[in-house]
Amino acid sequence: MEPALLQADQLPQWAALAPALALAVTGLLLVAVDSINPDDSQPALLAGIATVGSLTSLGLAGWFLSAGTGQPGTGGAIALFGDALVVDGMALFFQALFASVTALVVVASYDYLSDNPHQAEFYSLVLFAATGMALMAAANSLAVAFIALELASLPSYALVAFLKRDAGSVEAGLKYFLIGALSSSVFAFGISLVYAATGSLLLPDVYDALAGGPEGLTGVAAVGILMVAGGFAFKTASVPFHFWAPEAYEGAPAPVSAFLSSASKAAGFAVAFRVFVVGFPLDAGIDWVLLFQVLAVVTMTLGNFAAATQEEVKRMLAYSSIGHAGYALIGLAAFTGGAGGDVLGASMAHLLVYGFMNTGAFLFVALAEHWGVGRTFDDYAGLASKAPMASVAMSVFMFSLAGLPPFGGFFSKYFLFMGAIDAGFWWLAAVGAVNSALSLFYYSRVVKALWLDDVVGEFELGSTPTALYAAIVFAAVATVLLLPGFAPVIETAQSVATTIVP
Amino acid sequence: MIIEALIGVTFLAALVVMLAPDKYAGKLAFALSLLPVVGSLYMWAGFDAGGNALMAGSIAYETQFEWLTVAGYDLQWFVGVDGISLPLVVLSTVLSSLAIVSAWTPIDARQSQFYGLMLFMEANLLGVFTALDFFLWFVFWEAVLVPMYFLIGVWGGPRRKYAAIKFFVYTNIASLVMFIGFMALVFNLPVSSFGLPEITQSLQNGGLADLNYLGLSADTLKLAAFAAMFAGFAVKVPVVPFHTWLPDAHVEAPTPVSVMLAGVLLKMGTYALLRFNFTMLPDVATRPLVATVIAAIAVISVIYGAMLALAQQDLKRIVAYSSVSSMGYVILGLIAYTGLGIGGATFQMVAHGLISGLMFMAVGVIYNVTHTRMVGDMSGMADKMPITVGILIAGAFGYMGLPLMAGFAAEYFIFQGAFASTVIPSAPLFTAASMFGIVIVAGYLLFAMQRTLFGEFSLETDYEVRRAYFHDVAPLAVLLLCTIALGVAPNIFFEMITDAIEPVVAVVGGGA
Repeated sequence: MEPALLQADQLPQWAALAPALALAVTGLLLVAVDSINPDDSQPALLAGIATVGSLTSLGLAGWFLSAGTGQPGTGGAIALFGDALVVDGMALFFQALFASVTALVVVASYDYLSDNPHQAEFYSLVLFAATGMALMAAANSLAVAFIALELASLPSYALVAFLKRDAGSVEAGLKYFLIGALSSSVFAFGISLVYAATGSLLLPDVYDALAGGPEGLTGVAAVGILMVAGGFAFKTASVPFHFWAPEAYEGAPAPVSAFLSSASKAAGFAVAFRVFVVGFPLDAGIDWVLLFQVLAVVTMTLGNFAAATQEEVKRMLAYSSIGHAGYALIGLAAFTGGAGGDVLGASMAHLLVYGFMNTGAFLFVALAEHWGVGRTFDDYAGLASKAPMASVAMSVFMFSLAGLPPFGGFFSKYFLFMGAIDAGFWWLAAVGAVNSALSLFYYSRVVKALWLDDVVGEFELGSTPTALYAAIVFAAVATVLLLPGFAPVIETAQSVATTIVP
Repeated sequence: MIIEALIGVTFLAALVVMLAPDKYAGKLAFALSLLPVVGSLYMWAGFDAGGNALMAGSIAYETQFEWLTVAGYDLQWFVGVDGISLPLVVLSTVLSSLAIVSAWTPIDARQSQFYGLMLFMEANLLGVFTALDFFLWFVFWEAVLVPMYFLIGVWGGPRRKYAAIKFFVYTNIASLVMFIGFMALVFNLPVSSFGLPEITQSLQNGGLADLNYLGLSADTLKLAAFAAMFAGFAVKVPVVPFHTWLPDAHVEAPTPVSVMLAGVLLKMGTYALLRFNFTMLPDVATRPLVATVIAAIAVISVIYGAMLALAQQDLKRIVAYSSVSSMGYVILGLIAYTGLGIGGATFQMVAHGLISGLMFMAVGVIYNVTHTRMVGDMSGMADKMPITVGILIAGAFGYMGLPLMAGFAAEYFIFQGAFASTVIPSAPLFTAASMFGIVIVAGYLLFAMQRTLFGEFSLETDYEVRRAYFHDVAPLAVLLLCTIALGVAPNIFFEMITDAIEPVVAVVGGGA
């Protein structure tokens, strides 16, 4: 193999955090630009800075990933700040995912926010939330995990309530904030219990302490692990901490819904994967694999059934997003120790594909909101005759989310279910497959409305928002190309997942 | 690389046509669709493979490279043709071009999308018939559904949405059942690839010999996998009792789409049955009970489909139900496990593709000018459109199995093959029963034609009943010529088909 372009000995160690730093610096830059003349917001400049920043982060993460930074080939994971942060393949994989979604969302927001004041605040909040997510992926200590989670969550609360004249948006923000605060405290309390039992916050040390056998405090550690799992269930919108999600996704500005349901959810999984796989041995007083099996089955079933009964597209997407959290949970639910990297990697690959197809779907909703066509399936009737390209893209997202073969979602689901079967949990895959088949019903309702239903009444769409359109089309192209190009994705995901398994 | 070129060119053509203005879309689509026709004919001219692609035979125009490896399984880009798939490739390209021409008159809305989807479907059909890796095949197999869903749902008749969704849900669930059956089989084999040849050979070398999976013996697992795959493909074929989606889809679909549906899409089912069920698991298919059940399903499809056709008042429904009947013959030929039986069945796939395409197009041409398909509404059409009606009658005779037409050759092979079958218990009985189908076919076709085509012209309509355009009749003429050519010289395809199915037959020791 060609010598890596960037290796640990050529650049200072902290340079490995460059993808996260790029996001943070961009966020600060946005604040600085806005402070020069707060009354004269320049949407194009702000959106441009945010886009360049997130693309830079994507480029850095992709570069590091292909150069092998922090991976076994170049000396293994790079640990920083007293091992509190660790940059390895998995961190970079997720950072690339967050940066892609952030870029899409930022580009799409330019048109969505065109008449809104406080644009600089919007973009900088998105970028700071993305920074938090990037740190979540690299957190190697429970304290950092908590801080990064809060860094990602606090801007999100504000973003959900961003349309402050819209009662729905404000209500959604409030609900999201209250439940978020509650689950944060549960999470923090869980961490303190784990600390009490193990005497460390660093994940590898926690693992060693818990793997050492019962020392009297395993019961405390078990309760702590349970509470930590609760914190993640909130962030990933998994049952039983899911009920904020439909409200928040529905009330939030659609690009924010896209951001939350794709990037924020993936961030929750990133930190959950690392904390549980690296930090908690399988027999640490509680069978957390069993816990996640229950969560996965309940989450995917509840999400899918609830999605099937919705009348509004955005709400349907919100519930289907809960269903997809259930699929992604299979990564932990079918984890069996040593050989668990494959199913974990499949979960990560699914989250990457999901990042594109789900973001795209919410951006289409943003487009519909921009045009003011309404929210229900019926309101979407005949939209294809007015906006054919966007409708093609939306159909691609829907079929891909349902897991139909010509699209990326098929492979990611297939490998997920196959990974579960390989790990011996064929019933988990069966539940997933049945859910997936059911989901075709409600996803195809959108396609039917777009293409097959006749327009009810005349409506004129306004001007075409170029940036939003471009973001949607780009997401669709990515969703399609992820099928033939799935080899590097799944191989990268599985190889980087394998390295975190102790 | 010619297969890649064929599929790639068709995909590109679909894209180009999608972006073309409506005004030129039809002509452009036809012009571009000639490229795959030329390509497939070139493949045919240079075809020099022998044996069965799945059973160590040589594969023509083969390309194979690694795509990705997951959980120890190689997924490959693996395409090629043998004597079974090549005729179907040629059928797909030719029929697609003709169907596109036949769409010029009836399709008057959103044309660029229509023709784009037709070409997109063609590209995926070519993929289905050439893919030799299960995954690649499945991707193409499912991808066919998407354009079909839109083609029926957007351009179809009054109940198009119902028909489109019924089609989509029915066939998609069938695919899922089949997928699970196949996976259960493959994951217990000592192979690390989804290549169909490898899987077939591993199965035949006793790859499942000492299996104990979830308490299932190898025999039980094979039977379960066979049943799941058969059920999945039976919906596509379709055979009674899985046929109910077909008349709905056919009646609602616009003519060119019906042509593709009957002409090529149904063959996906029988092709897959031959490749998967009958080539990979002959030991299951030849169990007396299984063979009896399949033969019975075949005969019931033949008779019941024909009887249903007899009861219809709508010309298009008549042709649609007759497809159920004709595909029943294919199943009978396959389960016979004789050279003539399976060979005839494969030949019938092509023959039925041509003849049913012809019939649907002819009915469509008549509908274009009369705006009705009801047998009771019209009579004496022969006076108004002599050429169209002449071709329709010739096609109907082909359907009935008039000698020197493709249908006769196919049915003759099938009957002779089925009669001599050692696999089906009391094969002559089943064969004789299925032959009654011919009588009913002749009955409903002659009856319908007598009432609509001959006698005094009478049709109450506000439209002027004019002659068909040249571009309406030309594809009919081409199909008729092909039908006659295959009837006069079946060896155009039959020789290469026989070559490819001999190894399949040899496994069970069936005769010619």
